[in-house]
Formats: sequence, structure tokens, C-alpha cells
Amino acid sequence: MTESGSTQPTVQEIIAALKDKPGALLPILHGIQDAMGYIPAENVPDIAAALSLSRAEVHGVISFYHYFRDTPPGKQTIHLCRAESCQAMGGKQLEEHVKSKLGIDFHETTADGKFSLEPVYCLGNCACSPAMQIGKEIYGRVSEDSFDAVINNTEASA
Amino acid sequence: MSITIYVPCDSSAVSLGADRVATAIVQEAAKRGIDIKLVRNGSRGMYWLEPLVEVATDKGRVAYGPVQPGDVSGLFDADFTQGGAHALGLGLTEELDYFKKQQRLTFARIGKTDPVSLTDYIDNDGYRGLKNALAMTQEQIVQAVTDSGLRGRGGAAFPTGIKWKTVLNTASLQKYIICNADEGDSGTFSDRMVMEGDPFVLIEGMTIAGLAVDATQGYIYLRIEYPHAFEVLNAAIATAYKEGYLGDNIQGSGLTFNLEVRLGAGAYVCGEETSLMESLEGKRGLVRFKPPLPAISGLFGQPTVVNNVISLASVPVILDKGGDYYRDFGMGRSRGTLPVQLAGNIKRPGLVELGFGLTLRELLYDFGGGAASGRPIRAVQVGGPLGAYLPESQFDTPLDYEAFAAIWAVVGHGGIVVFDDTVNMAEMARYSMEFCKIESCGKCTPCRIGSTRGVEVMDDIINGRNLDKNIPLLRDLCDTLLNGSLCALGGMTPYPVLSALNHFPEDFGINAKASAA
Repeated sequence: MTESGSTQPTVQEIIAALKDKPGALLPILHGIQDAMGYIPAENVPDIAAALSLSRAEVHGVISFYHYFRDTPPGKQTIHLCRAESCQAMGGKQLEEHVKSKLGIDFHETTADGKFSLEPVYCLGNCACSPAMQIGKEIYGRVSEDSFDAVINNTEASA
Repeated sequence: MSITIYVPCDSSAVSLGADRVATAIVQEAAKRGIDIKLVRNGSRGMYWLEPLVEVATDKGRVAYGPVQPGDVSGLFDADFTQGGAHALGLGLTEELDYFKKQQRLTFARIGKTDPVSLTDYIDNDGYRGLKNALAMTQEQIVQAVTDSGLRGRGGAAFPTGIKWKTVLNTASLQKYIICNADEGDSGTFSDRMVMEGDPFVLIEGMTIAGLAVDATQGYIYLRIEYPHAFEVLNAAIATAYKEGYLGDNIQGSGLTFNLEVRLGAGAYVCGEETSLMESLEGKRGLVRFKPPLPAISGLFGQPTVVNNVISLASVPVILDKGGDYYRDFGMGRSRGTLPVQLAGNIKRPGLVELGFGLTLRELLYDFGGGAASGRPIRAVQVGGPLGAYLPESQFDTPLDYEAFAAIWAVVGHGGIVVFDDTVNMAEMARYSMEFCKIESCGKCTPCRIGSTRGVEVMDDIINGRNLDKNIPLLRDLCDTLLNGSLCALGGMTPYPVLSALNHFPEDFGINAKASAA
């Protein structure tokens, strides 16, 4: 149990709570990433041991899925949709704007550590393209101006 | 008496500000001393009108939209709580043409009810299918689904009843029901709308499936990109357990069905059923060889039904009203209704549920109103990123599995992405190859290597390099992908690529005559 009163469980607690589920690896990885923001390499041996897997198998699963990351993300992760529906509504131009506004490419984090940028292939918000997600918030009909406004607000509240 | 006001909790409506509108309405009502009851409903699926606010009146629900927080005090000034006239007023929701012309079976409740209210669900014909199913034999349930003509709505269009029958007839101590909720196709959102807008219908459908084939455990494999659906499903599942609709004694029948939501992790290929099962088992989402069929040896090697959200959500109405009732909608061998999703560059994007048989032209213009940009529609992609691009000359094709197959296209999951005349189809073909490259599971060579080579060839073509050699090379490569891939990801990437090339050769720097070679 965490003594600091923090609401985030520790990696060991997450593993212990989930390891007996059938097919426990993805739930464990989600649990760790939810708590830590990423899956630290140093935790891979613990996960492997708990599930009687090799470290290579665990690493293989982490690296297979686009969503799992092994490096810390910025304070906020922006998932920008690149899929067809968003492209049909100017998604490519928006993508250029987002990259130049943040000064980073996909899979990168801004130097001040505020934002990470990841591509996503459909948020199911195709009736309101182009779309993006920041944290759990989804945004529709995103324009260059509305993107800037959201970013400035997020920065201000960060 | 308090006035009931509806503001959708659907994530697309929220993405346009529905939460802020809901807050503004509550605050303004309090300020003015008006007693209201706010209900967060699902979306009616008319997304150009979202956030769509509805007010319950004697005459029915009156709609206003699209509403932004700044409009709220004006709405109160106009007495909208009594259905008063306002510039955003749309009249009675269910009299709106787009809505009225639909045949909503699977989506009967969505937008009307509070998604997480079991009382709302039951008051609106919910759990009638399960009630009937509990009085039927397993064979009778499977027969009803077979009689309905329901085919897998995820895209493969395999007859659901036959799949269930195989699982029922395969003896095993443990069987599973998996709901494939990895709705990754661009231009599709019907699964999301069901899970966010009427989660109990999916739970009921899965429960019936479990009873029908003797499966006591169900999993909903949900994509990580749907965090709102995750919350709504979990809330509904908790209620269903509490009220005896899930667990080890369903409605006093002594029968067991347990259900859990599992999250994917951003891999498109996990929408392929065998890759999905690998992922559920905690592995890399590598596609399995078939046979064995999942119905014989699926999750953890046990007989498993894998159905899409819409397929399973269509089961309750079939069991409630009978297989014949459902089968009487549709055309040819495409029976029942299809929730079509209009997306991309279209004036009136949204969800249109109708019996099969409507033409693309009717959907694009009568419902959709043409391109949002006001320019001509040049191409539409039907059936997601692995679906063919269709030119205007094919817009009279009826939405029907066989009619689409006849023009080398697919209905898929019913998503239609619209492009206006500014689209460059060679760029779209390149994107299809790139998407396959990014999402390939890597197990088979045609998909893993072919997609990378495909991007390179498309780059050469886009740059006008050696077209005489590269166009035939692209066709040859597509032939390899089409015939040599293990699953639909590699096997169908040629659909968008070759349809773009065949219908829009001018974008590839060649004339129509040369492309036919």
C-alpha cells in the first residue's frame, strides 16, 4: 500500500491484483501505463516472472501495440487522427499545422515536456472530422484556430 | 412539474461541446428558478446538428441544434423549455426527415433513452428478447437467428446463425462469446454509438448468445480509442450484475453468463478475429492460420463465437419480434437493416439505419446533402480502409453485399467516407499502403514486405518516375497481397489501391487506356 496517500497503485500492486486473470498481460500493461504514463523497462522482469513468461515475450507484446510506450510521455498526449475521414476534411493540413505549432513530429515530446504527439487511426469521431484526443477529451471539427485555442488553454491550466 | 431536457453524452456530441452546454443549461435553469431534469441521452446520429438539445413537451420531444454554451441564455429567453420558437429550433425530433425516413431496429432506443438506466431500457422494450430466449431451447434460439438472415456486421458478412450452430454443436466444458468492439475502420462509429448510447442492448445480445451456445463467459474487446464507451459499458455491466441480468443465476433461470470488458492497445489488426483472440490471451496480435475455425478452437483453444457489436446488438430485436420480422427488411441475400455511417466531407454526416437496398446516391445526396465543402463529390470509400473507392458512375449501386461484390467493392461495416474533387487519389492509394505497413502484424510476407514495397512504388508513381514499369509493378504487387496474405489486412489493401488506380488513372499520371493494360 502506498504510504504517501497517493491514489496511484504501485506496479507491484497492479501485477498482484491482475496476474490471475485469464490473459492477464494486457490488463497489467494497461494498469501500469495508466499509473505511470508508460511501462518502464525495469518493470519488465517483474511482469514476466508473475506470468511465467520470458522478458522477451513481455517486451514483444509492449512493442507490438502502438498504444504502449516505454518512455515517459509529456504532461499531455495529443492523439491526432490521420485516417481517411479526417483527411477528407483537411486533416493533412491540420497535421502540418500541429507539428509546426508544437515544433515536433509524431512520436516526439516537446522540449518543455508539456506535449507528446501521437498519430491515431480513427477515434470514431468521423462525423465530426478532423478529430483529435487530448487525454480522455475528444475534439471534433478541429481547425487550426481551435487547435491553438485548446493548446493555449491546456498550457494555461497546466 | 419539472421539465425534462436531453443533452447527449455521446462522445462525438461531447467533442463538439455537449458537456459545456449541459452545464450551462443546469446553471441557467437554477438562475431562473426553472425546475428541470437533465438527461444525458445517446446521440440521435444527426451529427451536423450536435450538440442537439431536446425538450420533452406534450406533443413530443422538440429539438434545438447545434447548440453552443453561448446560445443557452437565448434559448431560455425564447422559452425553449416549453418548446418556444428560436433560430436553432428544429421542431419535433422524430419528424425530422433524416430521422423519420429511417428504419431503426438495432438503434431503436439510441438517442431516446438514458444509456445507463436499466429502467429506461426495460420501459423501451429492453430485455424482451432475453425473456423469450429463456423460454426457448438452444436450438430454437439459434434457429431464430438463422431465420433472421443476420450476417456478420463487422464486415465479413458470415451468417451469424451458422456460426452459433457450430459452437453449439462443438462439445466443450468452457465456451466463450467475444464481442469484437475494435471498430478501427475510418468512417465508422456505429459500434461506438451502441456502446455509448444503449449498452444494455449489447449486454442482452451477448447474454442470449451465451445461453444459445452454452458459453458462460463473454468478453467485449474494446479499442482503447473509445474511453467513453469503456465507462458506459462498465457502468451498465455493474447494473446488470446487480439486477440479476448477468452472473450465475440470470433472472432466476439458474443459467450463468459473466461479462468483462477488455481493452485493446491501438492495433488495427486486432479487429481480425484470430488476432483479437491472441491479444485477449495476452500475446502479440499475430493472425492465426484458419482452420481451425474459432467456432471450433478459439479463445484459449475453446469453441468461441466472435461477433461484431452490431451483430450482437441486433439479436435482442430478433428474439423479441422473431427472425421473420427482421428478415422482412432488406434485399436479396442481405437481410435486415444496416446502420450506415456517413462521414468525411459530407454536409449531413451521421447514422442512417435502413433495410439493405438503398443506393449510394440516395445516401450521399438525399440523406447526406452532398459534400460539406459544396464542391462535387468525386469519390467515396465504402467499408473502411480496406474498402474500394467508388466513382460517381457507381453511385447507383444498391447497398447489398452481393451487389457490392459484383463491382469489386465491399459493404464492410457500413462506413462511407466522402471526398470532394480536391482529393488526389494517388495520394489516397499511397496512404492505403502506408496504413497496411503501419498496421501489419508481420506474420505473413506479402503483407509485411508488400506494404513497404507498395509505399515505395507509390512514391515513384506520384513522382512520375518510370510509369511504364511501375504501374504494372503496382498491379503485380497487389496481386501478391490479394492472393498471398493470411488475413484481410494484406488481402484487401489492394481494394482501395487498385480501385483508385482503375477509376482515377489520371491521378496516377496515366490515361484510362494505359491503366487498363
